[in-house]
Amino acid sequence: MNITVRIWRQHDQTAAGQMVSYRVDGVSPDMSFLEMLDVLNDQLSAAGDDPVAFDHDCREGICGMCSLVINGIAHGPEALTTTCQLYMRHFNDGDTIDIEPWRSASFPILRDLIVDRSALDRIIQAGGYISAPTGSAPDAAATLVPKKDADRAFDAAVCIGCGACIAACPNGSGMLFTGAKANHLGVLPQGQPERHERALAMVNQHDAEGFGGCTQIGECTAVCPVGIPLDMISFLNADVLSALPKENT
Amino acid sequence: MEPLFTVGEPIQDAKAPAGPLQDQWETRRFGAKLINPANRRKLSVIIVGTGLAGSSAAATLGEAGYHVKSFCYQDSPRRAHSIAAQGGINAAKNYRNDGDSIRRLFYDTVKGGDYRSRESNVYRLAEVSSAIIDQCVAQGVPFARDYGGLLDTRSFGGVQVSRTFYARGQTGQQLLLGAYQALERQVSAGTVEVHTRHEMLELIVIDGLARGVVVRDLVDGTLETHLADAVVLATGGYGNVYHLSTNAMGCNTSATWRAHRKGALFANPCFTQIHPTCIPVSGEHQSKLTLMSESLRNDGRIWVPVQAGDTRAPGDIPKDERDYYLERQYPAFGNLVPRDVASRAAKNQCDAGRGVGPGGRGVYLDLADAITRLGRDAIEEKYGNLLDMYQKITDEDPYRSPMRIYPAVHYTMGGLWVDYDLESTIPGLFVIGEANYSDHGANRLGASALMQGLADGYFILPNTINDYLAKNPVGTADSSHPEAVKALETVRERLNRFLSIAGNRTVDSFHKELGAIVWEYCGMERNAEGLEHAVGLIRALKAEFWLDVKVTGMNEELNQTLERAGRVADFFELAELMCIDALHRGESCGSHFRTESQTGDGEALRNDDAFAYVAAWEFTGEGSPPRLRKENLEYHNVELAQRSYK
Ligand SMILES: Cc1cc2nc3c(=O)[nH]c(=O)nc-3n(C[C@H](O)[C@H](O)[C@H](O)COP(=O)(O)OP(=O)(O)OC[C@H]3O[C@@H](n4cnc5c(N)ncnc54)[C@H](O)[C@@H]3O)c2cc1C
Ligand code: FES
Repeated sequence: MNITVRIWRQHDQTAAGQMVSYRVDGVSPDMSFLEMLDVLNDQLSAAGDDPVAFDHDCREGICGMCSLVINGIAHGPEALTTTCQLYMRHFNDGDTIDIEPWRSASFPILRDLIVDRSALDRIIQAGGYISAPTGSAPDAAATLVPKKDADRAFDAAVCIGCGACIAACPNGSGMLFTGAKANHLGVLPQGQPERHERALAMVNQHDAEGFGGCTQIGECTAVCPVGIPLDMISFLNADVLSALPKENT
Repeated sequence: MEPLFTVGEPIQDAKAPAGPLQDQWETRRFGAKLINPANRRKLSVIIVGTGLAGSSAAATLGEAGYHVKSFCYQDSPRRAHSIAAQGGINAAKNYRNDGDSIRRLFYDTVKGGDYRSRESNVYRLAEVSSAIIDQCVAQGVPFARDYGGLLDTRSFGGVQVSRTFYARGQTGQQLLLGAYQALERQVSAGTVEVHTRHEMLELIVIDGLARGVVVRDLVDGTLETHLADAVVLATGGYGNVYHLSTNAMGCNTSATWRAHRKGALFANPCFTQIHPTCIPVSGEHQSKLTLMSESLRNDGRIWVPVQAGDTRAPGDIPKDERDYYLERQYPAFGNLVPRDVASRAAKNQCDAGRGVGPGGRGVYLDLADAITRLGRDAIEEKYGNLLDMYQKITDEDPYRSPMRIYPAVHYTMGGLWVDYDLESTIPGLFVIGEANYSDHGANRLGASALMQGLADGYFILPNTINDYLAKNPVGTADSSHPEAVKALETVRERLNRFLSIAGNRTVDSFHKELGAIVWEYCGMERNAEGLEHAVGLIRALKAEFWLDVKVTGMNEELNQTLERAGRVADFFELAELMCIDALHRGESCGSHFRTESQTGDGEALRNDDAFAYVAAWEFTGEGSPPRLRKENLEYHNVELAQRSYK
């Protein structure tokens, strides 16, 4: 297959950026999207040009490092799929593909397709944990966890922290990410003591980072590569409400 | 010709206390000096790496009150390669009442490692395994549970009990998120500072003690020196020396190799694990390989057509024309033989022409019987995410037709030599997780790497590093010290050198070629002639690299080509040492199969009289042969036996 890509090129955080077109020949349908970019970068390097910078590491859909907006959709056209797990067989010979970075005021562009997502770490720092210092744990079998709670916690805990939800949201809201963490820890018995304060602290940090509010549009869950459902946000909101009166008295 | 290596004085672990195995850890902890909480605040520790080992250590030392500086090359600590671990984590809980115990986990691990690991370390690992599960559950790790709300377990290769705890096919992710959250909690408590997108490029040794690191800020190229009272490397394995592996793209040896060059011995570099169940290579463009967890061997049956060159679709091949070769050859363990055995068996089938799929480099892993027995839902519940991944990559539906799998490089048992305290031969430099060589001998059992990483980080290092900090001068390091300045300059010169070569070949083309050499000659089977040949090839390619590599751009910017150039340059040096190590070990053991040393029926033949030792290598200078320092292994609690899984 022969493909044309139009890619956002920007040298650093302060530089101006623009879309640049490149032709990539000899693309095989069995290549992953990132392997197609590897081929492009090989071409660019051979010609002495700067390769396109993009984030990636595991290439297995689990580390959350890859992050491209492909033809206007975060992680591209396939549902429940990260960019690294997207294969060229979903494109056609002769296609032109637009590739852009995550766009959000809270994710400054560092170079080309790479953005700074450290705001997500700071939300976790604010409260996205259970306080259980090493050595303080009771026997693992001491607390029974009903299977449905364990499963619900798991469904939330699979969030890979990639930030696609934010890139897709017209408000630039990070409530799906934050809601997933609130659910993961908030439905488990171990997570109860800090449950409401945790939710409030994370939401406060979320707002301080400049992420927008949620108006239940649902773009976030549509692009989420691991299918985090929208009701995670209602759970979060309920927990935040439970925390508020205490803080105000 | 100059000899490939020389032999120096043997080396010994001086830290494991004498006495019965089951008392050693308690004795050591009691013997270690403590530091009172008020003084801990004045002590600083650098921890490079935020995988299971690094995150758990940073969180725990932070909780204890030390000042911790943590580094990783990704944009968040949560993205360390540990996140990709799938199948599970072992612990001797014996919740199944199936005869498990600390002693059995210890025994299985020593046997699984083909008797090339240290008894004291392995016993301690088995001892602390239970506490790891407790710790993780307390943090909110959502392990799989049964309908009564109790923790579920599964079986892994090389054992006959069910001791593997898991979180669907994403165990590493869930364990790492637990450790990451504990780490971020300490960031907010002010005890830990995390430097993401920073790569360690040099170790700083002052007056013989590890005192700091030189790191490059990957965003703008700034070189920084960081100093502390002790340095911990938790930088993972070096499987990417083979180019294609199941490791994340950025996994590298640079941190451990730089430490090796500064005096830390590198142990058993040739012990590399080739995992039997990975998705086969699909073409030239391939950038990495994807693992299909060993847990699938609980329910999947491995087979090839009896007839070589059979091109029928798998569904058209009747049962009696299939060879379930593992079940046939190893009736006691069947599909659950250890990895080294399963990998070689797959290779032998393909070499004999019975392989399936493109190029004949594949065997079937078939879930059909399990789906009939348990139903599709049950299989989806256990392995859903893995099977989805398989379908995305291959465009084939594993619920309908058998998966095609082939062995791929997965894990490195070798690493920096450490004593019982996990301290390297450079005082003050500790090494934890996959980066050290400690517990898995010549072959690691499934679900034991996660266990080891967390054992090291949560429970072992935090109880040994205090002894070092209490006994050695602290607070003295200073970034204007000539050694610190020199380390920074060395890094700068090396980066400039890459940029000034301006040759014709890309970094990746060198990496691919190097990987192909190591895979061919130091992969699933090795022999003396091939290994000698490989050393020559590697040296020639390395020379070409330094003359003809092309690194575009400059240092003072985000430059991923420059990052890769540094990693590949270090892989060249490591690859040579791997081949020399493999050449000198004229026996087969575990993952290291020398064709010259096999039993009548083609199994690995160990030679305990000549090789029951750890090969720890000393760097003696650029271009000068490495020096072999043997640590003899003594077994007082298990009997050395030829491994059998028949
Ligand atoms: C696909 C896959 C599945 C696996 N499944 C299992 C399983 O089911 N059970 C099991 O027990 N084991 C499994 N393993 C093995 C296990 O995951 C690893 O051995 C283990 O996670 C390694 O952890 P670690 O903390 O030592 O290192 P890693 O998790 O590799 O972390 C290394 C850290 O070091 C940092 N780093 C590296 N180099 C530098 C540098 N130069 N400068 C700065 N930072 C650096 C990285 O940023 C990262 O934070 C699996 C491995 C793979 C590849
Ligand atoms: S590279 Fe890890 S999720 Fe895509």
